Amino acid sequence: MALEKVLERGKENFSVRNWIEKNRRKATFSNIFEKMIPKILFVISIISVLTTLGIIFTLLFETIEFFKDVSFISFFTGTTLQPLGPNAEFGILPLVTGTLMATGIAMLVAIPIGLMTAVYLSEYASERVRRILKPVLEILAGIPTIVYGFFALTFVTPLLKNFIPGLEPTNILSPGIVMGIMIIPMVASLSEDALSAVPKSLREGALALGATKLEVTWKVVVPAAVSGIVASFVLAVSRAIGETMIVTIASGSSKNFTFDVTQSMQTMTAYIVEVTGGDAPAGSTLYYSLYAVAMTLFVFTLIMNLVAQYISRKLREEY
Amino acid sequence: MKYINHAHTQKRMNIRLLKNAVAKTLFFLATLFGLIVLVALIYRVVTQGVHWIDMDFLTNRLSTDPEKAGIYGAVIGTLWLMAVMAPITLILGVGTAVYLEEYARKNRFHRLIQTNISNLAGVPSVVFGLQGLTVFVRGMELGAVVLAGGLTMSLLVLPIVVVAAQEAIRAVPQYLREASFGMGATKWQTIRNIVLPAALPGILTGVILALSRAVGETAPLVVLGIPALLIPVPDSLFDKFTVLPLQIYYWTLDSALVREYANLAAASIMVLLVILFLMNSIAILIRNKFQRRF
Amino acid sequence: MTVLTYRANPGDVLATAEEKAASPALNKHDVFSVSDLNLWYGEVQALRNINLDLKENEITAIIGPSGCGKSTFIKTLNRMVELVPSVRVSGKILYRGRNILDNSYKVEELRTRVGMVFQKPNPFPKSIYENVAYGPKIHGIRNKKILDEIVEKSLRGAAIWDEVKDRLHENAYGLSGGQQQRLCIARCLAIEPDVILMDEPTSALDPISTLKVEELVQELKKDFSIVIVTHNMQQAARISDKTAFFLNGEVIEFDKTDKIFSNPGDKRTEDYITGRFG
Repeated sequence: MALEKVLERGKENFSVRNWIEKNRRKATFSNIFEKMIPKILFVISIISVLTTLGIIFTLLFETIEFFKDVSFISFFTGTTLQPLGPNAEFGILPLVTGTLMATGIAMLVAIPIGLMTAVYLSEYASERVRRILKPVLEILAGIPTIVYGFFALTFVTPLLKNFIPGLEPTNILSPGIVMGIMIIPMVASLSEDALSAVPKSLREGALALGATKLEVTWKVVVPAAVSGIVASFVLAVSRAIGETMIVTIASGSSKNFTFDVTQSMQTMTAYIVEVTGGDAPAGSTLYYSLYAVAMTLFVFTLIMNLVAQYISRKLREEY
Repeated sequence: MKYINHAHTQKRMNIRLLKNAVAKTLFFLATLFGLIVLVALIYRVVTQGVHWIDMDFLTNRLSTDPEKAGIYGAVIGTLWLMAVMAPITLILGVGTAVYLEEYARKNRFHRLIQTNISNLAGVPSVVFGLQGLTVFVRGMELGAVVLAGGLTMSLLVLPIVVVAAQEAIRAVPQYLREASFGMGATKWQTIRNIVLPAALPGILTGVILALSRAVGETAPLVVLGIPALLIPVPDSLFDKFTVLPLQIYYWTLDSALVREYANLAAASIMVLLVILFLMNSIAILIRNKFQRRF
Repeated sequence: MTVLTYRANPGDVLATAEEKAASPALNKHDVFSVSDLNLWYGEVQALRNINLDLKENEITAIIGPSGCGKSTFIKTLNRMVELVPSVRVSGKILYRGRNILDNSYKVEELRTRVGMVFQKPNPFPKSIYENVAYGPKIHGIRNKKILDEIVEKSLRGAAIWDEVKDRLHENAYGLSGGQQQRLCIARCLAIEPDVILMDEPTSALDPISTLKVEELVQELKKDFSIVIVTHNMQQAARISDKTAFFLNGEVIEFDKTDKIFSNPGDKRTEDYITGRFG
């Protein structure tokens, strides 16, 4: 009904209430819509679960195909990985050692520096210094990994070669270090969160006894925040295991089974990039090996993430 | 009798204070380390790349001749990728966040989705690439086109958007919802008219940060089989495309063969960093301008 | 100019034919009739056996010490209390003869008729105009001319028009606390409710703003039935017609305000209003 007519007709007794009442009676469409909305949103939120399930099932099915060709034992205990040629061998150990070496080097860099940074920012730094340094860390965290890869290959490796003459042009040491640098902000910011969550009263109690800041930090604050700090380390490990481009670029593609950091090694992630980039024919053992390696990688990182979540859930119970 | 010998304590005090000072310096240097690396990295990239950046570099297509090679195609590809991702992540991310925060009961199902999202955030990006290769490129037979890349990347950054949107929605005070319900508004009317507008700055910031993460991401696209070769500039969702990080990747790898490629890579990195810097500035600007202290 | 009156004929609008049929003995002047109301938050009982009748065009004040259930009670009258997840209610609340605790009663419909003003001013982060137009808009009124008139009428009704008429399109957060609260009252008036519930509407305001709101409440009494929760006994004495004294979730005494404050029937009421506890 035309609004003006209503207005004309009942100048003195038009009422918003009547109008609302009339609208309410007609509003069947919006009622249906109102009921549909939660269902639509439910379906949308299921997509994230489907993504996880999709990942798991794809990996699982293709991995099963892989183990039809290659025995389980020879895959997990084989020290030779030679995916091409007539005498193809699929032992994952070279990739596992490569991954663990890179991760280990990265952790040697990221954990001490990250933790010290966290302690400095949370316990020592003035508000002004914090306001300058925190954005620097955020920028560092936002730089794409491909840039770090370029940096490792063209800057860090030549730099290291001055000190280690035997360093190969592609090696695991340089990307390991650069990966560590990339992870520093993550360790620093998560550890700092844990440190800042320690109640002020604990610090004041110790300071009032005449303890120095270092003693308070080391004996009171860090122990109180230890679960959060450990969780940040675990997440850092998970991040390093899954990191791809730095190692792909700077560590080459030699599938050496070695513990010599000056040599080229391949990580699980780099293997996946190499094989897909080379367009492995679908259905070949080489193609399926992608999924077996990805599955191993996925399980590694999943475990790390679950451990980190478990630790930080404990942390929440403490306070 | 006294248990504490103050003379002795005094002597030890100096050592303790010295230790504290040393530690403080050490911690400060550790914090500076990040800054030093950042400066070194930027210095390195700029000195190597700055001479290669000119109009030709920005507007030329790819070429095997370093003198003629440009990044026009890669920049356009990056824009296409963002154009696909923005609506998808916005709808999926905000939809999921609204469901979790406003509709879902806080039961086991809620926990399942929430745990799933945090685990998804920890899955290595190559695995997403492999998933995209299997489902979108081969399964749906899209090939390595814009749409396949966009879908894969959307799933990759979905957790970032969901978490950011959840935080933004949670920050909308309950009393605003109550005021709306008190007027007889329905749940959806309240969400659409009150909650989402108030949460919008936070949501947009999250989306932009997620997009900037995707713009720098390389590994999943390599796995999808996105080339960095001489391909035409894309002009539809079903065209092949390439993006800046891939260009950088192949130029870096081939710098062993053609030395100038390293300089091209450095120049492309500069462009990439500028794009990321702009996106992050926009995100921060939105956050500061619209941040409401309720 | 079109003159919009608050209510042409309340009985006609509010009690539809079905409603009248459902309750033939309905006393036309009872707005709310609460019987045997009990309410639990989880295991904790917050309201016990409440029986009250609230009359048309009266101001009913609800007083009592903190935690006595007075806020819970008025939030039950428009079912806002259901926003608390673990809440359970039993008993009957007849609003104009229909039981609002019935599942078939739509909360949105109820809240359109029973408006609410909250403890803390809670304008939306929108312009002043949009705040007032919010209610009519969600209820489907889109015509710009009508909205303009509703906004003006409501702001006048809430005695804030002169202060804001030149800045209708500025953000409501720029107003002072007292102005914000009157804006919230205007927002509530815009959908022409039948009853207005006020949950300690002046507790966050300074004395001058409080006085303005109190004057306004008395003005509004002509057109609306008002239930006001207050911790301020002078306020209750000043503005209300009837007063209910709540203690530990029970109604201790409910009577004419004059009677309650001059000659309370219960020792506990007397102790409370003379300031011996609470």
